[in-house]
Amino acid sequence: MRHLLSTGDLSRDEATLILDTAAELAQVGDRSVKKLPTLRGRTVVNLFYEDSTRTRTSFELAAKRLSADVINFSAKGSSVSKGESLKDTALTLQAMGADGVVIRHSASGAAHRLANWVDGSVLNAGDGTHEHPTQALLDAFTMRSRLGRLDGLRVAVVGDILHSRVARSNVLLLTTLGAHVTLVAPPTLLPVSVHTWTCEVSYDLDAVLPKSDVVMMLRVQAERMHESFFPTTREYSRNYGLDGERLSRMPEDAIVMHPGPMVRGMEISAEVADSPRCTVTEQVANGVSLRMAVLYLLLSGS
Amino acid sequence: MPEGTRAVLDGNEINRALTRIAHEVLERTKGGQEVTLLGIPSRGVPLAQRLARLIERVEDRTVPAGSLDITMYRDDLRSAPVRALGRTEIPTGGLDDRVVVLVDDVLFSGRTVRAALDALGDLGRPRAVQLAVLVDRGHRELPIRADYVGKNLPTSLRESVTVRLDETDGHDAVLLGPARPRPSTSGGND
Amino acid sequence: MPDTNGPHLIRGARPLGGDPVDLLLADGRIAAIGPGLDAPADAVTVDASGLVALPGLVDLHTHLREPGREDAETVVTGSRSAAMGGYTAVHAMANTDPVADTAGVVEQVWRLGREAGYCDVRPVGAVTVGLAGRQLSEIGAMADSAAKVRVFSDDGVCVSDALLMRRALEYVKAFDGVVAQHAQEPRLTQGAQMNEGCVSDRLGLPGWPAVAEEAVIARDCLLAQHVGSRLHVCHVSTRGSVDIIRWAKARGCDVTAEVTPHHLLLTEELVESYDPVYKVNPPLRTAEDVQALREGLADGTIDIVATDHAPHPVEAKETEWSTAAMGMVGLETALAVVQRTMVDTDLLTWDDVADRMSAAPARIGRVHDHGRGLAAGEPANVVLYDPAAPVEVDGTAMVTKSSNTPFRDMTLPGRVRATFLRGAPTVLEGKIQ
Repeated sequence: MRHLLSTGDLSRDEATLILDTAAELAQVGDRSVKKLPTLRGRTVVNLFYEDSTRTRTSFELAAKRLSADVINFSAKGSSVSKGESLKDTALTLQAMGADGVVIRHSASGAAHRLANWVDGSVLNAGDGTHEHPTQALLDAFTMRSRLGRLDGLRVAVVGDILHSRVARSNVLLLTTLGAHVTLVAPPTLLPVSVHTWTCEVSYDLDAVLPKSDVVMMLRVQAERMHESFFPTTREYSRNYGLDGERLSRMPEDAIVMHPGPMVRGMEISAEVADSPRCTVTEQVANGVSLRMAVLYLLLSGS
Repeated sequence: MPEGTRAVLDGNEINRALTRIAHEVLERTKGGQEVTLLGIPSRGVPLAQRLARLIERVEDRTVPAGSLDITMYRDDLRSAPVRALGRTEIPTGGLDDRVVVLVDDVLFSGRTVRAALDALGDLGRPRAVQLAVLVDRGHRELPIRADYVGKNLPTSLRESVTVRLDETDGHDAVLLGPARPRPSTSGGND
Repeated sequence: MPDTNGPHLIRGARPLGGDPVDLLLADGRIAAIGPGLDAPADAVTVDASGLVALPGLVDLHTHLREPGREDAETVVTGSRSAAMGGYTAVHAMANTDPVADTAGVVEQVWRLGREAGYCDVRPVGAVTVGLAGRQLSEIGAMADSAAKVRVFSDDGVCVSDALLMRRALEYVKAFDGVVAQHAQEPRLTQGAQMNEGCVSDRLGLPGWPAVAEEAVIARDCLLAQHVGSRLHVCHVSTRGSVDIIRWAKARGCDVTAEVTPHHLLLTEELVESYDPVYKVNPPLRTAEDVQALREGLADGTIDIVATDHAPHPVEAKETEWSTAAMGMVGLETALAVVQRTMVDTDLLTWDDVADRMSAAPARIGRVHDHGRGLAAGEPANVVLYDPAAPVEVDGTAMVTKSSNTPFRDMTLPGRVRATFLRGAPTVLEGKIQ
């Protein structure tokens, strides 16, 4: 592995190696010295064209726990906001000797483009509506640690699939790892070719929930209403929101996941968000270990 | 067995060597009350477990045994393809004020032990650290020596030492054969 | 401007791929054609053995970028590029800055073309003021200008307002003009980045549904027939569009259509690289669409090949996909791509190629002294093409000012050896004169 651009590029063995490595590295957070010398002398650049404090912080902490030098290069307060092209920024980072670049960008494919222009490893931390590989990996990691397996696991992904990079990365990764994914959304929020994807599709959340071990709720932006993706937020929430009543119809050990940030009252009720079956904070904690694993696997070898 | 390879220790000899080491550990640590055994993956781990059982048999008391993966502390990560991590399992009670006996199969350059000492430093503060190895084949590149040695085996750099254990390979043996091509001059099987 | 020097005797060329003959070009005309012609004393002899002779090509859809984007192309560089591709006439699209929506702008472009002298530059007039789709531009003034504009198009944007389109179709009838529609329903393609389907869904790029093109074509065919006007459809890219045009022609609609070389060869899978050199409007479609386009061009449903030559500076393409400019250069590779996709596949003869790339576009654009036969007395607009000279495409080696060719690193089967504009060589031995 040189870059992590799409979960679709990962074989089952590679994905499992990342999860296993993350499981080992999770211990570091419990030690007296929460740091490993592994990436000493290596430089990781966080190149964030979109605001995402949680993802950036997670990558930053992961890199620092591996003793890498971390540079935060955000779109605000740098030449990026002055109209410098992605390519020129890439060449600048290259000149600074970046061994790894973590990129978050609003354009799908930005990470792929960057990989053409830098020698170091590129980690896609979310590109447009394309992919968010480390989110999918930490989701899979969370499922595996909560439920003990991924093979045969029934996962429902609910919400704005069309615009979700998390959904794309999860469908590819979870299928590779042997889970069965069902996408649940109104037809307007599903890609037109979704029938060719390696997953099931349903418009009926209530039919899917009793047969799911995991339900992953995706954020739905209220602005979508104005683009006629659904009539009102109230109708969306009534049909596709997860509340306590719906949660009670899921299998007893089923878990509720959310990549954050949650819109309480829209796709998830406060009651569900605060329930012990909701893994949101666990996902955040796992994110650090998972990103350490990815940084280690991409940056440590020859 | 590949051509040019011969067994230098068989199963019985390995058992006898480990039994002797167990006794030496008890003697040197005055009964082994404070001993924690940490095997270095992969084959140091079953060796540590065996030593723990042997000590228990003598003293009728459980000895904490775990594993210490040193991959993240290696000094040759950049000169080889990326390595999968082994397990680190620190026994309950931790390492503070314990006499930690590191256990590995072969002592060669000493770089693995150097990495293990660094790793230990991040995990706690043992009262003392000792080293037990099944085979010491010489050729040290660092000022490191073993406290307990199953067998001293003078070797040439053109030879390789392979330890096979029932737990990992289905049978016990220590083999001496021609060196395998390796990606770097140091590291690997030491 | 190349020197209009003396007569040229072309030896052993194969007109429309037929038996080798000689062609004598003198005084701007084909003076004689036949085997074993005697060379006049002052004639320059051009050895054309093995070369196919075609009437000079006519492009109905070229972006020369001047005025406004001279960093991408100028009338001079663009018409030199056209000559390199075997063209003797090009239609310069109206989406310049300022937009070619007045007699002043079209006359400027026309004059720049005349001064350059590499090919005849026929300006296209904008249908609406500023391409804004609200108010008809002064179509009559452009038609009556020195540029004698006959093709009107808002290309780059669609004349999406049905009433405005109806009016335009009607209005151009007064001077035998034609509206060339860029068929793209704007609401269905808001923010669209590539063909909508499996690939766009996987790549997370907003999709550009085929229906957004097809629906406009269907509407315009019905409108054109209703008001009895000529309609030309730019860059047809989908199977459905071919079906609709075939149906419209069958029911008597006076519609013509073009396909670009890139839509005859390339498919949407290329977008997987996220390299914007493959970003174009309309987008690259599926292999099924490509097949339908080839069949449509072969059976005459699609009348012509037009390049949609769209030069862009490097920085407009070396960027993220979504911010990159749309378009590809195409003048210098068009004939070779048509050979590969249509001739080498036995879908078209060289005779047909002369029709699709010269005669038919000249007819649609009402360019009277182009697209004529290779016969004595006709204007000496001739291209000599070597169909057995494979060439690896290199954008940086092209004559166009830009290098955004999607065929880079591909090997195309042939190359233009010589182009004559009214008897004067604009290209000789594969080199611009």
